[in-house]
Amino acid sequence: MPIQYYIFLCLGLFSIGVVGVLTRRNAIIVFMCIELMLNAVNLLLVAFSKMYHGLGLQTQPGSLAGIDAQIFVFFIMVVAAAEVSVGLAIIVMMYRNVHSVDINFLNRLKN
Amino acid sequence: MKIIIAFIILWPLAGFLFNGLGRNIWSKKTIAYKATGYILCSFIFSLLAFINVQEQGAITVHYFDFINTASIKIPFDFRVDALSSLFLLVITGVGTLIHLYSTAYMDSEEAPHYARYFAYLNLFIFSMLLLVLGDNYVVMFIGWEGVGLCSYLLIGYWFSNATYNYAAKKAFVMNRIGDLGFLLAIFWLIVKLGTVSYGSVLTAESLAKLSTTDITAITLLLFVGAMGKSAQIPLYTWLPDAMAGPTPVSALIHAATMVTAGIYMITRSNILFSASEITQHVVAIVGISTALLAATIAIKQNDIKKVLAYSTVSQLGYMFLGLGVGAYSGAVFHVITHAFFKALLFLGAGSVIHAMHHEQDIRKMGGLKSKLPITHITFLIGCIAIAGVPPFSGFFSKDEILAAAFAKSPVYWVLGVIGAAMTAFYMFRLYATTFLGQFRGTQEQEHHLHESPTAMTLPLILLAVASAIAGAIGVPELMGGHHWLSHQLSSIVGATHEAHLSVQTEWILMAISVTIAIIALLIAISIYRKKADDESQTALGKFLFNKWYIDELYDNVIVNPLHKLAGFLKEVVEKNVIDGFVNGTGKFVQYSARKVRLIQSGQVGYYILWMVLGIVILFLLWFNDLSVLAFLFKLTPKS
Repeated sequence: MPIQYYIFLCLGLFSIGVVGVLTRRNAIIVFMCIELMLNAVNLLLVAFSKMYHGLGLQTQPGSLAGIDAQIFVFFIMVVAAAEVSVGLAIIVMMYRNVHSVDINFLNRLKN
Repeated sequence: MKIIIAFIILWPLAGFLFNGLGRNIWSKKTIAYKATGYILCSFIFSLLAFINVQEQGAITVHYFDFINTASIKIPFDFRVDALSSLFLLVITGVGTLIHLYSTAYMDSEEAPHYARYFAYLNLFIFSMLLLVLGDNYVVMFIGWEGVGLCSYLLIGYWFSNATYNYAAKKAFVMNRIGDLGFLLAIFWLIVKLGTVSYGSVLTAESLAKLSTTDITAITLLLFVGAMGKSAQIPLYTWLPDAMAGPTPVSALIHAATMVTAGIYMITRSNILFSASEITQHVVAIVGISTALLAATIAIKQNDIKKVLAYSTVSQLGYMFLGLGVGAYSGAVFHVITHAFFKALLFLGAGSVIHAMHHEQDIRKMGGLKSKLPITHITFLIGCIAIAGVPPFSGFFSKDEILAAAFAKSPVYWVLGVIGAAMTAFYMFRLYATTFLGQFRGTQEQEHHLHESPTAMTLPLILLAVASAIAGAIGVPELMGGHHWLSHQLSSIVGATHEAHLSVQTEWILMAISVTIAIIALLIAISIYRKKADDESQTALGKFLFNKWYIDELYDNVIVNPLHKLAGFLKEVVEKNVIDGFVNGTGKFVQYSARKVRLIQSGQVGYYILWMVLGIVILFLLWFNDLSVLAFLFKLTPKS
């Protein structure tokens, strides 16, 4: 399967994430869009990793080329999981305080 | 020797500091003694230096490095050779006499101003000595600027008079125009040769390094400098106005020494000037034109000092004619004799003005012969000397220049003789109107007429003697002399060859010029013996009286347009453009800040939006074509 399919898919996912962050006011959805962007990148990393690994195997059997990107993906997933727990905690605290998850309520630091 | 040469220049500096700093402390007597005494000391040391040069030849002494970098080195050196030692003697000698004269002439001034006057005068001698002693063009330029400054200060000495200040400014500005030329010439030399020392610039090797264009440009620029300082067309109009200064100042600065700096400079650079045919022609033509123009103006002036001022301009023109035709030693000879007789004439005029209680109009004088006997005799000697009657000094020097001019082109000679005739005419017009006939001033003035004190008559007598006999240093060979001066200067101007005329031609030329001069002076005496110039004037007379309307021409062509331009720049450009730009910057910042401030809304979503837009824009700028897409396709596996 040509790599550009993956690239365009990731581009699409990432763009959906960006637009979601920009347009939606619900904190949960914004949060999900951020996760979407992260995972778009993850997907891209895996796709490239696979591609280079395949190319490496063609020239040299037992090659480890491109494998390292998959390690990165694991790291990103771990960090994302930690981030999700903190983020969700914030949202929960926010809901308890203002009874809303509208991010436009979060501009109280202004002035 | 190093010490002696340093002392020549340090005496006047000491006098300057003494008088300048102590002007509120010392009595007038102390000031007068010190100022004159220091210049006298300087004269004695100059004499020592001169004798040393006679015995041991030229010397160069090094004091310190003025500029010392990798690419250019300008040492602060002095050179005492045949040329500069002669100038040293003239400057300090005439300077001493004029200082002595000033002690009496300026006696009516109060002590602080008296001290200021002598401080300036000493500073002037210092600068002039620096100019003459310097071993390179930069040191000469320092002195050159110094004398310009002192000239400015002394012309404007009576600073409470606005006209005098104006005259001082005029002199300064016109000199600056010339200085610019000099400065450019120095830069040109530095660029082409990397040095400004006479020893390395004025040699055949460095001439070979310069192209003809370079030499012509450098010499023309140097000549522009000389034009300003030595009052040649078109920069001569400051000199007559400079008569606003005290009369001894006119004698010292604007007749004997400073205005001859241009001649000194060109004589010093004669190797360069001789190498450029064009420049020589320019110098000669400017010289002879100035000589004639100024002489015609002098015929119709009624201010005793103005006549002498135009006479000075005219005589300087002769010197430049001499330089232009290659008679460098003749020009220097004329500088020396001119220094004597013109200083004498100015001091004599000062004595008359002193006696007349600051009356300068010769129409109100007359018959001073019996009242001021010493002034009369010495002034007459000065007039005879400048008119070129043998055996007085002016005859020899002028004749040498005229002979050289004839050898170059008879046209120069004819014009020169016409100028000489006019010189004789206006000088004896001045003499006859002032000293002969009946007194035309007021009763009160007549009552107070008195001969000046000894401090003023002594310099007059000494200068009269010098004017009478100074010709002896340059008696030409055909008259049985051996022309001491040109032998003196042969080491400086030796490379130039003066065309020699046959003995017969030279005698004939001499006879013609002397006859014409004597006829002119007799006519002048016969016309003006009884009466002064009357008020009714012919058109030509009026034209000459108004100095060819040159000042008006300059006013209309240069000064007024510049004023208008300055007014336009001030009123329109400054107010609208410059101010508009400055205020506009402020207004723009305020306006745009008001607008941009609204972007900071506190809505996080907008911030993120701007951030994303920024990233996208950066991304597009970075890959300002669609190469990123091409890159993606290139990644596609071949299979």
